[in-house]
Amino acid sequence: MKQTLKALAVACGATVSAFGVGAGTTPAQAQGKTITLCWAAWDPANALVELSKDFTAKSGIGMKFEFVPWTNYADRFLNELNSHGSLCDLIIGDSQWIGGAAENGQYVKLNDFFKKEGISMDDYMPATVVGYSEWPKNTPNYWALPAMGDAVGWTYRKDWFARPDVQKDFKAKYGREIGVPKTLDELKDIAQFFQGREIDGKKVYGASIYTERGSEGITMGVSNYLYDYGFKYDDPKKPYAMDGFVNSASAVKGLEAYKELYKCCTPPGASNSYMSEGLDAFKSGQVALQMNFFAFFPGLYKDPNVGGDKIGFFVNPAGPAAQSTQLGGQGISVVTYSKNQAEALQYIKWFSGGDVQKKWWALGGYSCAKSVLNDPSFPSSAPFAKEFLQSMGMVVDFWAEPSYAQLLQAEQKRVHDYVVADKGTAQEALDGLVKDWKAIFKEEGKKF
Amino acid sequence: MTSATTAHSVVEPSATTRRVAGSLVVLYAIITMIPLVWIMLTAFKSPDDAISYPPKVMFKPSLEGFCNLFTTRSRQTPEFIRSLGPPQGLCDSIARDRNMVVAGPSNYVPRFVNSLIIAFGSTLLAVALGTLSAYGFSRFRVPLKDDLLFFILSTRMMPPIAVAIPIYLMYRTIGLSDTRLGMILLYTSVNVSLAVWLLKGFIDEIPREYEEAAMIDGYTRFQAFVKVVLPQATTGIAATAIFCLIFAWNEYAFAVLLTSGNAQTAPPFIPIIIGEGGQDWPAVAAGTTLFLVPIVVFTVLLRKYLLRGITFGAVRK
Amino acid sequence: MNELSASSRITYRAVMVRPGVARRIRGLSDRTLAWLFITPTIVLLLAINIFPLLWTIYLSFTNYRANRANAPTIWLGADWYQSILTDPDIWAAMQVTAHFVIWTVVIETVLGFGLAYLIDKKFRGHGMWTTIILLPMMLSPAVVGNFWTFLYQPQIGLFNYVVAFFTGRAASSFQMLGDVTLSPWAIVIVDAWMWTPYVMLICLAGLRSIPDYIYEAAEVDRASKWRQFWSITLPMALPFIMLAVLFRGIENFKMFDMVNLLTGGGPGSTTEVASITLKRAAFESWRTGYSSAFAIILFVTVFGLANIYVKALNKVKSR
Repeated sequence: MKQTLKALAVACGATVSAFGVGAGTTPAQAQGKTITLCWAAWDPANALVELSKDFTAKSGIGMKFEFVPWTNYADRFLNELNSHGSLCDLIIGDSQWIGGAAENGQYVKLNDFFKKEGISMDDYMPATVVGYSEWPKNTPNYWALPAMGDAVGWTYRKDWFARPDVQKDFKAKYGREIGVPKTLDELKDIAQFFQGREIDGKKVYGASIYTERGSEGITMGVSNYLYDYGFKYDDPKKPYAMDGFVNSASAVKGLEAYKELYKCCTPPGASNSYMSEGLDAFKSGQVALQMNFFAFFPGLYKDPNVGGDKIGFFVNPAGPAAQSTQLGGQGISVVTYSKNQAEALQYIKWFSGGDVQKKWWALGGYSCAKSVLNDPSFPSSAPFAKEFLQSMGMVVDFWAEPSYAQLLQAEQKRVHDYVVADKGTAQEALDGLVKDWKAIFKEEGKKF
Repeated sequence: MTSATTAHSVVEPSATTRRVAGSLVVLYAIITMIPLVWIMLTAFKSPDDAISYPPKVMFKPSLEGFCNLFTTRSRQTPEFIRSLGPPQGLCDSIARDRNMVVAGPSNYVPRFVNSLIIAFGSTLLAVALGTLSAYGFSRFRVPLKDDLLFFILSTRMMPPIAVAIPIYLMYRTIGLSDTRLGMILLYTSVNVSLAVWLLKGFIDEIPREYEEAAMIDGYTRFQAFVKVVLPQATTGIAATAIFCLIFAWNEYAFAVLLTSGNAQTAPPFIPIIIGEGGQDWPAVAAGTTLFLVPIVVFTVLLRKYLLRGITFGAVRK
Repeated sequence: MNELSASSRITYRAVMVRPGVARRIRGLSDRTLAWLFITPTIVLLLAINIFPLLWTIYLSFTNYRANRANAPTIWLGADWYQSILTDPDIWAAMQVTAHFVIWTVVIETVLGFGLAYLIDKKFRGHGMWTTIILLPMMLSPAVVGNFWTFLYQPQIGLFNYVVAFFTGRAASSFQMLGDVTLSPWAIVIVDAWMWTPYVMLICLAGLRSIPDYIYEAAEVDRASKWRQFWSITLPMALPFIMLAVLFRGIENFKMFDMVNLLTGGGPGSTTEVASITLKRAAFESWRTGYSSAFAIILFVTVFGLANIYVKALNKVKSR
């Protein structure tokens, strides 16, 4: 009996240690030898895996990767950061997280490190430094190294545009040659033209645009229209004053235009689509136009079915008020809770090297370093390089406030309710958005 | 119902009734199985077959889904691929046909292992604690017994998200976030209510006289519990264990909110298996199939106790 | 042997066991043993259920945010409760939840009882077919729910294709998950698919609990089969049906995993059940205080409704 009990106790202890404590100490096996990098699961991440092999070869530090699809990315990693978890040593976090991560001390502040290692932010594109590194914005407080420049752009089926029947019909219908759209109206014409058309015996559709509800999709999509029509997040002279800027008459028109495009010219079932659904629609030859982040363009260009000379790229067309585009992209940061901060910093130092940045671009990542982007050969180095440079010159970002997730959720709901679920008017949606955002800022103690 | 009734008994349904009832039930069963069969078929389709329109019922089986489930791949230029040696293994050659190379193993196996450890660990604990308490409640006069039993049950009424909020904060403070131990404790606390209720029912059915006889023979109460009650309750314990296991195996809400990598189980992982574009359906289906197989086996083994398990012992057959 | 109470005999025995350490473990009095057996469970539940619950109650009166651990915590009193109970979005979520709970319970009860009634006819092979029918409810709602998004795809999904095949409409002409009128039904269909067998199983137990002699007596009285069904079968199975309704009601009120993976609450907020609202508030907006208050409201609601229902159930049972 006694033995049974003893055995039981031992077994219990062993179980607990094997399951729990053992698990807790697994990272210890890393002991400075392996670090984990967290990012989204997409083409550039695979390129980074390839690139990082050089780092391992050079430093002897192994690399592990934790990639999560975009629709879960913010949820998962903000949860991880807020739980003070040490899964990620390095994180390539979204541009809008920077405010929260900085104010809550989740990222390591990099100023001293940059100074010590001679890394200067002057060597990076200004838009990326502001967007990915600084908090508060436009102050020299750096929380990340700009790692991946990105913005929303468009792809089109060059081969379809070049078909004589398409060209003839388009001209007959719109009285002009079909070509890369210069304005959002032209874009809608093209999308409408292809919607339901038969190409090689297959019914095709106009455009794939962002409509996703759960994370940030529809906001990232609709912004490209809102900015172009004259939407502003707040009064440039009076921060956080949003009335008449978020819900201005022109912003309302922009939202309506986005809904029109969604209703007239998207493939069936596109009520919840984001980056990957856009890729699927374009790659399967369903759509003529695709809204997506530049990050995917290298992969699309390599695609055996729709890549090469079948694909073309263009920047977000102009609207009545402006020509802007939604900023994407991320900086790379060291997580405060990491047990391998020295190795993580070592990685950042390596990553900032000129040759590494060159190779990064060559492999399919978008370097933010001036040494790469200002190289005279850069615009011709890829069929989307020129467009990328142009886009990075006209980017606008969503709020990067610590309460960004809440602000984002409010917009996701208001916009999706109007565009996809047909609830209310555009004016009501944006008025509602102002109301939600005001409430959020009020809770934050912001004065406006 | 009673064995005494003959085929001509007034309460026995006629042959026609039976036939009609049988065909309706079979029809329902077939319809209900279609989604499951479709999952398994999709697991063996190539990605192109999986998303073909109209959906393909006949197709050339492929192991690509399983390969994509277990590996990560990166796209390379044909020149680069030609410069490599011969493909290593089946998955590598499948990948190379698509201009890709296998970059390494995927996270599916570690997540599956987490599922195994957390599910079995929490089951073991829940059943151990549950057996002791169930015996306590069944045999002893415990003050406030009914209140305690109800309290144990009511812990199941909280929506999991509501439970997760304070647990998240608590685990963050004591360092149990994203650990297997944390998940084991949490699942144990959820399962222990099921275990107590089920096992109390099973132990109630064991006549007290057995223990009493043993004790008259010189056993202490504890010895009687170990040597008489436990062997009698084996079936009940096994059934309870499988129910706890199924809960822990299938659980999603806690896992998705409280783990991020080290202790993440398969349910939050399978839905985020993506290919180059959207979800890689054959790989998702392959992962789903492998994940469901143990449960299908358990269901068949358990069918006798199913009712009892899913109603917390409220209904016994 | 029956004269003596078990416990007094045990005490008597306990005294007789040999002394030493062994005695301290084995010879414990019933009272001590009872507490020894029950305490670990209670401690675990206190640590992982009750303490957190109390904490949630405390947080629900504050402005605490899990992502702003350093910010000062301010006592707000019942502000959150007031703002939640007057928030139209919350009421919209409650309506979505109610729609989901009511329709799933109705459909599952009707189908489940029907199936149980048919299976109770004991045709050949009914055991095997019953087991097959039971399979969906044993599977992970998250993993299987995720796969249903594939079945619901307008172009390539099997569901749309099958519907198209039988109705003659084009498979891409409707979207179960993207359409505001269809998506609330899309989640009901999947839940009914998964959980009808559950209700069926409980109903089957109810039907089998009805003794044959009652039917035999009814036959003697020349009661029609129809009448037998209404005056014997249904009333006698009613407590079981009500039990099934109770369990399904509670489960679906808490519903998170399946709906989260199927629609994520969309399109718009048409399938945003209460748990999804709660998850967004707690783990995306990180309004911990606010979401704690909402959690408590949900808990009280389930608990209250369940208690009222159980009273009704007991009344039916005792009839």
